[in-house]
Amino acid sequence: MPEPVSFFVDGQPVTAAAGTIVVDAAKTVGNDIPVFCYHPKLDPVGMCRMCLVEIGMPQRDRATGAAVLDEDGQPKIAWLPKLQTACTTPVAAGMHVRTTTAAVERARKDVVELILTSHPLDCPVCDKGGECPLQNLTMRHGPGSSRFVFDEKIKLEKHVPLGDLIYLDRERCIQCARCTRFQEDIAGDPVIGFDQRGRSLQIVTHSDPGFDSYFSGNTTDICPVGALTTADFRFGARPWELKHSDSICTHCPVGCNLHLNTRRSGVAGDFVIKRVMPRQNELVNETWICDKGRFGQHFATSLDRLTVPLVRRGGQLVEATWDEALAVVAARMQAAPGAVAALAGERLSNEDLFALRRLMEGTGGRVAQWPGAMGGGDVVQQVGVGMGTDIARAGGDTVIVLVATDLEEEAPVWWLRVRQAATKAGATLDKSRAQLIVLNGRSTTADSCATHVVRYVYGEEARSVTALTELAAQVRAGKALPAGVAAASAGAAQALAAAKNIIVFYGRDGLGYAGSAAVAQACANLLIATGNGGRHNSGLVPVWPHSNTQGAWDMGVRPSGLGAAEFAADAAVVIAAGADPLGDGEQLPGSTFVVAVELFATLTAQRADVVLPARAFTEREGTLTSGERRVQRYYPALPVRGQARADWQIFFQIGEALGLGKSPASAAAVMLDISRSVAHYSAINYQALAKVEAQWPDVGGSDLYYGGTSFQNNGGLGAQTPTLIERGQAVAAVAVADSSAPQGELQAVPIAVLYDRSTTFGRSAVMGSHIPAAYVELNAADAARMQVANGARVRVRVQGRVAELTARVNGRAPLGVVLVPQSLGGLVLHSAQPATVERA
Amino acid sequence: MIEHIVLRHRLPGLENINQLAAYQASGGFDAYRTVVTSMTPQAVIDLIKASGLRGRGGAGFPTGVKWSFLSNRFPRYVVANSDESEPGTFKDREIMERNPFQFLEGLMIASYAAQASTAYNYLRGEFWELAARLDAQIAELHAAGLLGKNVLGTQYSLDVHNHLGAGAYICGEESALLESIEGKLGQPRLKPPFPADRGLYGQPTVVNNTETLANIPPIVARGAEWYRTLGTESSPGTKVMCLSGHVANAGNYEVPFGITFRDLIYGLAGGIRGGRTLKAILPSGASAPILAATDKVLDTRLTYEDVAALGSQLGSASIILMDETVDMSWVAMKTTHFFKHESCGKCTPCREGTYWMTHILDRVQAGGVQAADLALLSDVTHQIGGKCLCPLGDFATSAVVSSLKLFPADYEQHLAVAAAVPAKPAARAKVAQPVS
Amino acid sequence: MSLLQKYPAEVAAILARYPADNKRSAVMPLLYLAQRAENYVPAAAIDEVAVLCEIEPTQVASIVGFYTLYYDKQAGRHRIQICTDLPCALRGADEFAAAVCAHLGVEMGGTTADGKVTVEGVMCLAACDRAPMFQVQNGAGLTFHENQTLDSVKALVAKLQAE
Ligand SMILES: Cc1cc2nc3c(=O)[nH]c(=O)nc-3n(C[C@H](O)[C@H](O)[C@H](O)COP(=O)(O)O)c2cc1C
Ligand code: SF4
Ligand code: FES
Repeated sequence: MPEPVSFFVDGQPVTAAAGTIVVDAAKTVGNDIPVFCYHPKLDPVGMCRMCLVEIGMPQRDRATGAAVLDEDGQPKIAWLPKLQTACTTPVAAGMHVRTTTAAVERARKDVVELILTSHPLDCPVCDKGGECPLQNLTMRHGPGSSRFVFDEKIKLEKHVPLGDLIYLDRERCIQCARCTRFQEDIAGDPVIGFDQRGRSLQIVTHSDPGFDSYFSGNTTDICPVGALTTADFRFGARPWELKHSDSICTHCPVGCNLHLNTRRSGVAGDFVIKRVMPRQNELVNETWICDKGRFGQHFATSLDRLTVPLVRRGGQLVEATWDEALAVVAARMQAAPGAVAALAGERLSNEDLFALRRLMEGTGGRVAQWPGAMGGGDVVQQVGVGMGTDIARAGGDTVIVLVATDLEEEAPVWWLRVRQAATKAGATLDKSRAQLIVLNGRSTTADSCATHVVRYVYGEEARSVTALTELAAQVRAGKALPAGVAAASAGAAQALAAAKNIIVFYGRDGLGYAGSAAVAQACANLLIATGNGGRHNSGLVPVWPHSNTQGAWDMGVRPSGLGAAEFAADAAVVIAAGADPLGDGEQLPGSTFVVAVELFATLTAQRADVVLPARAFTEREGTLTSGERRVQRYYPALPVRGQARADWQIFFQIGEALGLGKSPASAAAVMLDISRSVAHYSAINYQALAKVEAQWPDVGGSDLYYGGTSFQNNGGLGAQTPTLIERGQAVAAVAVADSSAPQGELQAVPIAVLYDRSTTFGRSAVMGSHIPAAYVELNAADAARMQVANGARVRVRVQGRVAELTARVNGRAPLGVVLVPQSLGGLVLHSAQPATVERA
Repeated sequence: MIEHIVLRHRLPGLENINQLAAYQASGGFDAYRTVVTSMTPQAVIDLIKASGLRGRGGAGFPTGVKWSFLSNRFPRYVVANSDESEPGTFKDREIMERNPFQFLEGLMIASYAAQASTAYNYLRGEFWELAARLDAQIAELHAAGLLGKNVLGTQYSLDVHNHLGAGAYICGEESALLESIEGKLGQPRLKPPFPADRGLYGQPTVVNNTETLANIPPIVARGAEWYRTLGTESSPGTKVMCLSGHVANAGNYEVPFGITFRDLIYGLAGGIRGGRTLKAILPSGASAPILAATDKVLDTRLTYEDVAALGSQLGSASIILMDETVDMSWVAMKTTHFFKHESCGKCTPCREGTYWMTHILDRVQAGGVQAADLALLSDVTHQIGGKCLCPLGDFATSAVVSSLKLFPADYEQHLAVAAAVPAKPAARAKVAQPVS
Repeated sequence: MSLLQKYPAEVAAILARYPADNKRSAVMPLLYLAQRAENYVPAAAIDEVAVLCEIEPTQVASIVGFYTLYYDKQAGRHRIQICTDLPCALRGADEFAAAVCAHLGVEMGGTTADGKVTVEGVMCLAACDRAPMFQVQNGAGLTFHENQTLDSVKALVAKLQAE
C-alpha cells in the first residue's frame, strides 16, 4: 500500500494514498471536479480538458531544500503557470489544488462551450437525458448560451448501427474515447476505434461482424453522452420513469449484481424489463456485466411462461387449481414412500434447494443436481478462495491458474477481472501484473495474456495439474528440474513455487462429473501443497455451469453421477424442478409419475403428469451462491405472472399436504432455517446480505464525479461463506485416481460457448442472431484428411449417437480433437469420447 | 566565409559527400569509429553536454542533458525525428538529401551513447524518394561493417531502419511520433512519463531532430571547445535557417547563432523580393507569434533567448517573410486552416477551437464581419491557449493572437461598416482550400 | 491475391524491422504496400494487414483514416497534390493551383474525366523555397515537382495521361 500523503484542496487539508490522482482524492472530501474523458475504471488520458485546476507546490530553497515561508510563516506556494488536468495529476505531499478560482471556472465554461459547438443539443429526444454527464455538467458549469453560429454546426449521421446491439449517434459523440478504451484495455477486444482525426474524429468499426463483443453494452453505460445506445433500450423509456430493482444475474457462476429497470409498457400495460444495468459490487463485477446478462433476461417476461397449474386428465394436461394440483402430487408421493426422485435444476435458489431437500428427507426420497455435469463442490467448500479475495487487483505476488476452462465463454466477467490482473489495464494503483498460467487441451482467449501456457492431452487434465504440483515442490526444495520438462511447465512451476498467492480456476472443458471432480481435487492438492488453500486472495474457484451450482452443493444437493433414467430407475414419482432431462436428450422411465416445476413447457413438462408454474427470479426473493461462495440476494422486480409460485413455496406446500409441517412464511425465514442447519451458512441471513458498505470508486451517487448512469448498490453486497480452512480446520490432500478419457482416432470434446440455446438465454429478444446453429470445430489437418471444408456439413458419431452438424475449421481444435459446443441443440456430450466424423 | 558544418555539401570539393566514399574521404565516420572503439557511452554524453548543443527540433533542449535522462532499462531506442512538417521548414530534407551520411553518423553515435542497438529514422511520408535513397545508404553502411552485428569488430551491434509517416504534422511531436512507429494513431501521449523513461514500446528512448544529429559528428571530431567558438554562449554552434515567403533568395542558410534578422535577410538572402518593404516575420513557421518587422526586431540576434525575448520563438528557424502587400488576417486564416487540418483531435480545445477559429477567419475573409466576431475570435484563442494536451493547440493560436494585436487594421478592413467604402483587401484571392 | 502472395519478400523485410512482439509497428509500411496496386487500400487488404500485424481490422482502418496519405477509396490514377500552405501561397501557389484546375477542367479535389489525374490541395511539403510545387502520389510512391509553371504541369499531365 502506498504511503498516505497530506495535501490541500481549496485550502482544506486532505489525506490520500500517494499516487492517487487529484480527481479521486478531491472526491473523497466531496469535491466533484468535473470530468468527461476520465472514468475511474479506466486509465487517465487527459483528453477532454474538463478537469483543469490550479496546482501549486510549496517552494523550496534550492540550497537547503527547506520550505520557503511567507510573511505569515506559511509555506510559499509556487503555482504552476498553466492549469493542470486533475485527472492525470497524482497528489504529492504538500500539494495545493484550487478548484474554485475564476481561472478554473472560466476553463470549465470554455471547455463546455467548445464541446457544445459540435453537439446537436437534442436532449428532449435523447435516451441519455436525465442521466447525462454532458447535460449535468452543462447545467452546472457551462455558459448560458453558445456563441457558435448555429448554421456552422456539422450535421452527422444519427442512427449508425455499430453492430446489431449498439447504435451510435455521431453528432452526440464528444470523442472522449471512453468506449474505445474500455474495449481495448478492459475487454481486450478493440473492435471499435477512431477514424479520421481532428474535428472529423469519429467512432467506427471495421471488424466483421461489427461491434460484436461480449462486453459491448458496458460502453453505453460509460458513454458520457447519448452517443451509444443499446438496441434493447434506445427510444424505450426515459430514465426517470423507470423503477429500479436490485437483482443478480442468473446466467453464470460470477453472480454479477444487476439493476433491473422496469416500466409498464405495450398495449396490455404489463410491467416489463426495459433495461438491465450493472450494480456496483467491487469484489464481484465492479461496474461491468456481459451482454448475456444485459440482454438475456427477456425470458422472465416471455409470453410463453407457464401461469397456471396443470394436471393430466384423460391424457391431456388441463388447468387445475393449486389445491387440486398439490393434492394430486401429495397423494402420489404418499402412495410411494421412499420412491421419489427429485432432479434439482439450474434455476433453483438456495431456499428452493433447501426446501426440496427437506421435502425429500421428509419423504425418504432422493435429490440430485440436474444435469450435475461438474464435480468438486465439496472441495471448494474446503479450499475455495478466501473471503474478500479481489481477483482484479491481484498483483505481482499472485499467480492465477486456469485449468480446463474457457473462462471468457463460461464466466465472462471473471475473465475480465483476471485479464485486468494479468495486464493491469484500467485504473489501479498497483501496476504490477499477476502471472497467468493456462492449462488446457486447446487454445482459448486466455492464452493472449498468459505468462505460461501448458497444453495437455484430453484425459490428462488432473495428471497435468499433479505434475505441475510436483515440479513446483521440486523448485521449492531447490532441486533442478528433470531434463525434458517443457519450458512452459518449468516456467509455470517456478512461478507457482515463488508465488505468495495462488488463485486456481477450474472448469469442465472436455470433462464430465467424474473428470472435473478429479481436476478439482488435483487443484486442491496444489493449493494445499503450496499453503494457498482457502485464504484471502488465494484458493480455488469453480467455473460452474450455472449461477447456483455452488449453492446446490452447499444445500446438500449433489450430482448423482448418473443419467436421468438410472437415477429415477426405481422411482414411482419424479420431481423435475427447473430440470429438463428430456430436453437434454435423456429418458425417464415410462411408468413414473412426473411432476414438473417449471417456467416453460419444456419437453419434460410436456411429458409430466402435473406441471406447477414457478416464478421467475424477477417475481420473487431468493439467494444465489456464486463460485466465489458469495451468497447474494435478489429482489422482486415485476408482478407475478399468473398464479406462479416460488419453488420453495411449492416444495413446502407439498410437504404441508403430506403433513410435514407448516411452510415458512418467507424466503427470509427459509434462510434462517438454512443458517441453523448448514454450518458454513451460520452467519448468513437476509439482513446481512442486504448490507452495503461504501465502495471505491464512488460511481453511484447523483453527484458529478462520475456522472451519468448510477451504479449505486442499495440491495447489498452479499456475504461470503468461510472455507473449511477459514473455519480453522485442517484440510489434507487426497490422492487423485488416475483416469484417462477413452481414446479413439478422433476425440469429441464438449466445450461451452457463451451464447447458447438454454431455456432462459434462448428466449432473449435481441440476441437471437448471435446464437449459432449447432456446429463442431475440426483441426485443419483432420479436416483436410476427411476432405471437409470450413462450413461443410459433417456427420459426427459418438457412443452410437449420430448428429449432422456444420464443421468449422478455425484453427482452434488440436489435432485429433473435435470440439463440440454444448447447448446449441446439437450433440449432447457429458465428457470427452471417441468419435468418428465423415462428410455428410 | 560562412562555416558550414552541417550543410557541408555546399563547401567546394564536397559536393559529392552524399556518396559514401566521398564522405569517408572527407573524414566521415572517423568520429563514429573513435566513439565505438575508444569511448564509453558516458564519455560521449559528457562530450555532447560540454558542447552545449541544443535540439534543433524546436524546443532547443540541451541534447547531452536529454541523453543523460535515460532510465536504466534495456532495450533502449534512438529515434531521429525527420518528420519536418512545420510550414516553412525544409532543412532536414536538404541535410538528408545532400549530406545523408553525416546525419546517419550522428544517429549512430547517439545510438552508441544511448546503448541502443536499434534506431529508427521517422520520415514524413512525403519523403518517399528520400527514404528509398536512405534505405540504400543504410545498406551500404551494413556492407561497410559500420552497421549490423559487432560493429567494427566491437561488442556493439546496431541496426537503423527508416519508418515513413503518412501525412500527419502532429507526428513531429515526439510522443505522437512514437505512437506512430508503434502502429497507432499519431496522438500525443501524456507527459510525464517522458520518452527517456517510457518511449518506444515503453522503453527508454532518445528522440532527436535530424539537424541536431547532424551536428554530432563534427562535435566529436573537433571537440566541444571548438563547437563553443561558434554561435553564442547559450546558443552555441550553427543553425540552418529556412527562409521562405517574400524573400529574394529563398532557401537554407547555415549561419552561426547570433546573426541578426537584418544580416540574414538583407545581408545573405538578398532582401525582400521586388524591393518591397518587409511587413512581418513568422520566425518559427506557423507555430510562433508573428513579429512586426520593426528595426528592433530586425536587429535582434537569432538565438533561442533573443527571439523568445521578443515574445516569439526561434523554434526550428522556419523564417517566413511577408511584405507590405500581405493581409495578416489572411495569414492567420492560412495558419489556422493548417492547424485545424493537423489537429489530432485528442483534446477538446484544439479539436473544437481550431474548427471554430477557421469558421470565424473564413468569415473575416469573406467580408462583412462584425466587431463582435473579432472579439469572439480573440476569446476563442483564450479558450484554447494554455489548455491543450500538447503544444499544437497553443501553436494554433499564435498567429491569430499576434496578428490581432499587431495588425488590427488588417482585420478592421473586413468589418461590415468598412465594406461600405469598398476597401480593397490586400489578400491574395482565396482560391484553394486544401482538402487532403 | 494477398499481399503475402504478391510481395512475400517485402512483407518479410517490413516485419523484420520491428521487434517480434511489436508486429503492429508494421502496419504503416504494410499499408503502403497494400496501396501499391490500386492507389488505395482495398477492404480485403485491411483485413490481411490486420492478420499480419496481429491486430483488429478496426485498428488498421483507424490508421488509414488518421493519416492523409492512405486512401480507402479510389480516385485518379495519379494524385497531383499542390501545396497551398502559407509559404507557398505567398509565392503564388493559390493562383497556380487555380490555373492547374482550370487547365484540367476540374474543381479542387476533382478527377479528370479519363480518371487519370486527381488534383488536391495539401499542407506544407517542406519545399517552400521552390514554390509553386506539388507532389504526385500514386501506388508506386511519391515524387516532388518543384519550381513549377503551368507549362511544366501541362507537359507532365500530358505524359501521365498518355501512360
Ligand atoms: C506539434 C509539434 C510538432 C513538432 N514537429 C517536429 C518536427 O517536425 N521535427 C522535429 O524534429 N521536432 C518536432 N517537434 C519537436 C519534437 O517534439 C521534439 O521536441 C524534438 O524532436 C526533439 O528533438 P531535439 O531535442 O533534437 O530538438 C514538434 C513538436 C510539436 C509539439
Ligand atoms: S493540442 Fe491538438 S494536436 Fe495536441 S493533443 Fe490536443 S488535439 Fe491533439
Ligand atoms: S482531461 Fe478529461 S477528465 Fe481530465
